Amino acid sequence: MGLQSGSLRARLVLQLLVVAAVLAVLLFFTVRYTADRAAEATQDAILGAATTSVAEQLRATEEGVEIDLAYSTFSMLGAIGQDRLFYRIDIGNSTVTGYDDLPLPEQRPTSLAAEFYTAPYLDTKIRISAVSRTIVVGTSPVPVLVMIGQTRQGQAAIAGALANRAALLGFGFFVLAVPLSLLSAGSIFNPINRLAEAVGRRGPRDLRAVRHPTPRELAPLVAALNGFVSRLRGALSQTETFIAEAAHHIRTPLSTVRTEAEIALRQSDNEATRIRLRSMIRGVEESARSASQLLDHAMVLYRSDQLEMVEVDMGQAARNVARAFGPTAELKEVSLIVLGDDRPLPTRGDPLLIEAALRNLVDNAIKYSPEETEVCIALSQGNGMVKVRVCDQGRGLSGASMEQLAQRFSRGGNVSDVVGSGLGLTIVTEVIAALGGEFLLEEQATGGTCANMSLPQH
Amino acid sequence: MRQYVIAAALMCCATRVEAYEIEDERLFGPPNMPVISVLSTTDTDVFAPVIEAFLAAHPDHALRYVAASSQEVFRAMRDEDAQFDLVISSAMDLQMKLANDGFAAPIVSAQTQALPPWTKWRDRLFGFALEPVVLMASKKAMQGLVLPRTRRDLIDLLRANPDRFNGRIATYDPNISGAGYLFATQDARQTDAFWRLAEVMGRLNAQLYCCSGEMITGLENNELALAYNIVGSYAFTRVQGSDDLVVIELEDFTVALVRTAFVPRNAERPQMGAELLDFMLSKTDGQTTRSGGAALLPREQAALPPHVRPIRLDPGLLVYLDRIKRANFLAEWNAAMTQP
Repeated sequence: MGLQSGSLRARLVLQLLVVAAVLAVLLFFTVRYTADRAAEATQDAILGAATTSVAEQLRATEEGVEIDLAYSTFSMLGAIGQDRLFYRIDIGNSTVTGYDDLPLPEQRPTSLAAEFYTAPYLDTKIRISAVSRTIVVGTSPVPVLVMIGQTRQGQAAIAGALANRAALLGFGFFVLAVPLSLLSAGSIFNPINRLAEAVGRRGPRDLRAVRHPTPRELAPLVAALNGFVSRLRGALSQTETFIAEAAHHIRTPLSTVRTEAEIALRQSDNEATRIRLRSMIRGVEESARSASQLLDHAMVLYRSDQLEMVEVDMGQAARNVARAFGPTAELKEVSLIVLGDDRPLPTRGDPLLIEAALRNLVDNAIKYSPEETEVCIALSQGNGMVKVRVCDQGRGLSGASMEQLAQRFSRGGNVSDVVGSGLGLTIVTEVIAALGGEFLLEEQATGGTCANMSLPQH
Repeated sequence: MRQYVIAAALMCCATRVEAYEIEDERLFGPPNMPVISVLSTTDTDVFAPVIEAFLAAHPDHALRYVAASSQEVFRAMRDEDAQFDLVISSAMDLQMKLANDGFAAPIVSAQTQALPPWTKWRDRLFGFALEPVVLMASKKAMQGLVLPRTRRDLIDLLRANPDRFNGRIATYDPNISGAGYLFATQDARQTDAFWRLAEVMGRLNAQLYCCSGEMITGLENNELALAYNIVGSYAFTRVQGSDDLVVIELEDFTVALVRTAFVPRNAERPQMGAELLDFMLSKTDGQTTRSGGAALLPREQAALPPHVRPIRLDPGLLVYLDRIKRANFLAEWNAAMTQP
């Protein structure tokens, strides 16, 4: 997984944790170093005081120099960490007592202010404090160098204990950082999630610009999204306008052609010409039908974007459609029967859309009905719905699913001999989806298909 | 070239001649087993029961026990690179110096960890027995006198009866005895009365000894009336079964000595030395019992009677080992002892 993909949240958490870990380690070393320095300074002060005190007690006597090492001083020096103790006292150039080979300071101290240095000695490393003073032996001044060295086990123990605390603190800091960074990563991504939810909740035709409040950092993303949506909306409406225009432009000349063909049919005595003219008229009719379906479809798409909800009597609408299709049915010798009483079937919706849906249902039923059969329109209501059921005695669906048939320009597998655009059912399902109704196609056991359309009762 | 070889041989012999002096050497256990070597200031007979118990638990080892004076033990370790697996001494100052100067190996075991902090120094030097340093008297010699309870009592007693005590009071000679030097310096550190006592003893021609045992023998033989600064383990052992001897713990203060042991860094079998140390420490079960005269170490210093002052294991002990300090102290002591 490269940096370009993967989880942003995981990356953010990881980065926060790395920062926390670095800070924790830094904290540990800082405290450790400070503790070590503090412990060293304290120990140095004690050691220096002890050395100075020993040097101060040096006295010149007639026999030479009197040195009085204080028991309690030495006792105390070892108290902190049971440290080992070494000392050396030089008078002039010779060591008078202590450890002859204790390392000397690089620079001889010049006063009773202690000089501190670390040096290896015997099997260990020691911290030495050295002071110097001058005493008068006889008549001549003699320089005296007093050195006391100690191991720093006590200092190491103190610094170690503090470092352990620091380590614990650092670890605690890190442990605390884990849930905090998870939390903060979560809260940072909340606006993104909310935006995604808001966009995801939109219906299939909702192409409005996104107005969801978002943090500043997301503004470019939202702007880009809105730009994209508006381009999409423009392209869609252009296409739809184009289709509607095209259909309209085709339909008008087609009716002229049809009229002319009918006139020619009437005037012609030649049987062969008449047959050709008839088939021409049928072709022109189908083309006109397709063109009006395209127009219907464009109209449905346009109007379902801007629904005009008014009260509609679906029963009345169905009867009107049946009446309009009367001549067509008669021509095909199909009897169109409306079942159900005259009670109104009230619903809310766009009357033009409802009419388009009903018209396509009935048109389909008639189109696929063989001659001398019935198309039956049944009106009913119940369960809070008003229902229209259109049944034919045609060839059925041959197992094709409703989802397939409802797709644009998709037609059943058994209709190649019938002219059609495949837009009829698409229009119906889109209208019903826009109005919040239900649509169901079913094959009858006796042959033929029933289309059930129901809309919420008002 | 030849001369060098001879010189080297001579030097070798010279070192041999100068080698530390031992008082006793005994091998315990089966002779053909790996030998654990122990150098100690404790008399062999006193320590024998511990050795036998240890060997009973370790039948696959033998133990060579070398007894020497504390000065000799110190010399053996510091100057002569003698190889031992455990070094036991009553001279805390010398042991402390050896440990401070890096002659002791670190030992970490459950037993040593469990020791109360005041009875050990780092992980090098471990105390295994506490012994008060006491005054002993012969009842016969003290007839008609009240036994002293403090040093002041003792000084008064000696001053009041010079005839009875002349030449019949004994103490360690700090010039030759490491333990005697330690006791004297600790006394001097505790109280100024020590120097007065020394002067009184010097005037009474005090007898100076190397060892506790010989002083007690002197008391038993009626050569002595009082012996000052006797190691507790000897005193309490010898007073048993004697109706003449009496042990007195002076109430102003009684210095208590911690017998210490360490495993030397150059030990041949440090593991076995550490095991013997553990064995000795395991007897320290926190009760102040006086088995064999030595008090085992209590967990808390506060559990001791108030007049008992254990010598602390700390670098303060190094102070009196300083050559100038030592020379000054001994000069002072000798001046007090030899009076016209």
